[in-house]
Amino acid sequence: MSSTVAATGTRHGTLGTSASRPDGVAKVQGGFAFSSDMWADNMLWGATLRSPHPYARIISIDVSGAYAIDGVTTVITASDVPGKLTYGLIVQDQPVFAAIGDTVRYSGEPIAAVAADHPETCQRALAAIKVTYEVLTPVTNPEDCISGIAEQIHPDGNIFRHQRIISGDTSIVGAIQVEGTYEIGMQDQAFLGLESALAVPDSGGVGLEMYVATQWLHEDRKQIADCLNIPEENIRLVLGGVGGAFGAREDISLQVHTALLAMKSGRPVRISYGREESFYGHVHRHPAKIWMKHHADTNGKIVKIEARMVFDGGAYCSTSPAVLVNGITHTQGPYKCDNAIVDGWAIRTNNPPCGAMRGFGVVQACFAHESQMEKLAAAVGISPVDIRLLNAMETGDRMITGQIMDSVAPVAQCIRETDAIPMPPPMSSTADLRTIPGGTGLTAQPSNIKRGVGWGVSIKNLMYSEGFDDYSTARCRISDGVVSIKFATSEVGQGFTMLAQQIARTVLGVDDVFLDTIDTQVGSAGSTSASRQTWMSGGAVQAACRAALEQLFDHIATKNSMNRSELEIDRTDIVDRLTGQRVAVLAAIQGVDIDCTEEYHHPATEDMDENGQGNCHVAYAFVAHRAVVDVDPELGLVKVVQIATAQDVGRVLNPLSAMGQVEGGIAQGLGLAVMEEIIVKDGKVSNPSFTDYLLPTFLDAPVVEMVFIEEHEPKSPLGAKGIGEPPCISVTPAIANAIRQAIGKELPRVPIRPYDICL
Amino acid sequence: MSINIPVSDATQSNEIYSLRVNGQVRQVKDAWIGESLLYVLRERLGLPGAKGACEQGECGSCTVIVDDKAVCSCLVMAADAVETEILTVEGLGPDGALTDVQSAFLSEGGVQCGFCTPGFIVAVHHLLENNPQPTDDEIREALSGNICRCTGYGRILEAVKTVADQRRKSS
Repeated sequence: MSSTVAATGTRHGTLGTSASRPDGVAKVQGGFAFSSDMWADNMLWGATLRSPHPYARIISIDVSGAYAIDGVTTVITASDVPGKLTYGLIVQDQPVFAAIGDTVRYSGEPIAAVAADHPETCQRALAAIKVTYEVLTPVTNPEDCISGIAEQIHPDGNIFRHQRIISGDTSIVGAIQVEGTYEIGMQDQAFLGLESALAVPDSGGVGLEMYVATQWLHEDRKQIADCLNIPEENIRLVLGGVGGAFGAREDISLQVHTALLAMKSGRPVRISYGREESFYGHVHRHPAKIWMKHHADTNGKIVKIEARMVFDGGAYCSTSPAVLVNGITHTQGPYKCDNAIVDGWAIRTNNPPCGAMRGFGVVQACFAHESQMEKLAAAVGISPVDIRLLNAMETGDRMITGQIMDSVAPVAQCIRETDAIPMPPPMSSTADLRTIPGGTGLTAQPSNIKRGVGWGVSIKNLMYSEGFDDYSTARCRISDGVVSIKFATSEVGQGFTMLAQQIARTVLGVDDVFLDTIDTQVGSAGSTSASRQTWMSGGAVQAACRAALEQLFDHIATKNSMNRSELEIDRTDIVDRLTGQRVAVLAAIQGVDIDCTEEYHHPATEDMDENGQGNCHVAYAFVAHRAVVDVDPELGLVKVVQIATAQDVGRVLNPLSAMGQVEGGIAQGLGLAVMEEIIVKDGKVSNPSFTDYLLPTFLDAPVVEMVFIEEHEPKSPLGAKGIGEPPCISVTPAIANAIRQAIGKELPRVPIRPYDICL
Repeated sequence: MSINIPVSDATQSNEIYSLRVNGQVRQVKDAWIGESLLYVLRERLGLPGAKGACEQGECGSCTVIVDDKAVCSCLVMAADAVETEILTVEGLGPDGALTDVQSAFLSEGGVQCGFCTPGFIVAVHHLLENNPQPTDDEIREALSGNICRCTGYGRILEAVKTVADQRRKSS
């Protein structure tokens, strides 16, 4: 492990140090309250009835059998929804429940929900509800929707978005051309902490309080209020402990159902999904098919890229239009390119709905462009490192959207620093069996194993795009000698609560920072997604603390006759630069009452025009990955030995936390490369369990060697870039390229399955 | 904390049984006989430290010790666990103090969302009691039944090695 971090002598707990997590002790002792640990007196359990068919018309629903079961108090269907009948993040096209006469559009679509005294009673009640269907033939091929031969399966049509990018001189033809058609499978976020919510109705029946594991409290509240037809202010949403998110908690899952059951029954209701239901209850990473053709001159310099991308969004819109734009606007990857023709489609089918997952459309684009870079290197006859260095993007470059790269862009440095990380030793003939492909199953012979090395480099946009003002709010109070911070930022495991304390300690010169409840009693923080909270909510917390500090300076300058304009924080003191007079902050905050709420907004962005031109993204981050793999070509087994990476982070705010983001993201990218896929046949998921959906285990995780590139980003309030998404993006093609190099096959699809390698 | 929600006849049993958890005898009454040990610990005995994440024994989030064996409590019927000694994450540290394993998970960055953490903590205690000085590969294998989706396992590996080193030096 090598990293360029943390000035020495920095006060522990401030920015740049590995501060302690405020939730850490509770989490290691088992006392931290996740949303699935919530309960209330007189609480009922809720459960959801889901369609087994991907496409069917509902002829009738008979809930009388459920009511006949002792212990069942409440059953709800579409006719019990008092407000808006649909929800959705961008377009509200997803029914709360599929109604009689309407169709279900994916296998797993909710039809009814029950509340009862025990989870087992709920399951019996669901089994007693009789639904008759007219089963229809599902639309499962996105190309049939593009060509128009598929039946229209929703009133809004089968096309979520069609967007092209036309850039520069499209008539240019390169002396060297490489092309390929690549496929990315449907990945699941597979957070460990399953969906769960507890809704507690007001005694007067006019509103409710709800504890929920979500990425965006205020957006949830808006959608719940619309469906319940009550004012938003009658709903208080509190963040229940969140067991990971990775994009899967951005959309509504059980929120509206739980709230409806609580309002109708008049009792607290908790719904907690099991793992199988979780696979049906949240959106997944879009499966995609991408054709790309790179034109280059004889030296390997890219002169034009042509691409066509098709993202299968499944039954409902979710964030498909934004995922598509992320995909097509990252076609060029972290490379210079003036000329491009890109055609992108996000399509509605009867497959499971897809939306946000870590990397958000860029994962798919990156797998294609990094597969292409390997082909281009081979065609030109230079190394994978040299082809990437030759084309590496720099600050000031014009991108294919016409936007000028105005972020720090150390692409070449990421590649060089990764290249400088020592390679692992070759596999020894006496290697521990646990370290070879297939492990201790004794299936692989060490003498058959081939080693490969592959590269992947990526660019990722940060924050929301296309004109969306995804601001964040924070409040800083100093009262009775206590500093407290409040925000609605979802802590999903990434450590924002720790960062907020670090910011407050740094700005205000205090050691103890109280964190108020994370709920909707303060302005929106936007979503914990798009690598945005360190920048956005970090910016808001910093602004609120600075505003409070100004008032504290006013107060202390008057009280102690200090020079107001000369005051600054030096460690835990307020110091007058002119006189050297000092007052301990802890003493200064006694008896003051300061309350500052601030919003942070990023620079505005624009919509794209019909040719995909516009300043649509806020900022960018970069990363390089080098993968070393061992492959048994006859058995199709892969062991990822080492991942080397150098990541553009702007500034390391918490070294341990940064390492954790990098290693965790790499494990997820490894999963997509060689094992993780939701397998869908005729619209039905065939592996909705952890027995059949394989996740990287401790033995699968590679050794990670990392370097952080710290060039402070001037646009960022803390100098730091979001670091959550980049680690999982280019590691997938790096591993694929390493397997390709080991065995000499094209392998155009991830995850790469054993039979792709050995057959 | 204990939850006593009245349940209906279909899921109610008149059988009362006792479990010995973290050194204390705890009565379980009015329970459905089909409840797993995980459910009873969490929903009836007020011990939510063991977590449910797969219901199939694949993820290890529900790991507890039953008669000195690390088991997935989602796969054990509660009524089958009578006359055993059950140890959960809540019973590891005396009087609210952190164990060396818990401290190392915090100091080495082994905790993010924390959902897998209690299961890992129990599994690591069990590993180090049976193999006080494991190699990296032995650690990886012993903990390969515990899934973590956040950390990529790197900081957890460091935490386990830290504890093994500390125990070697102090022994």
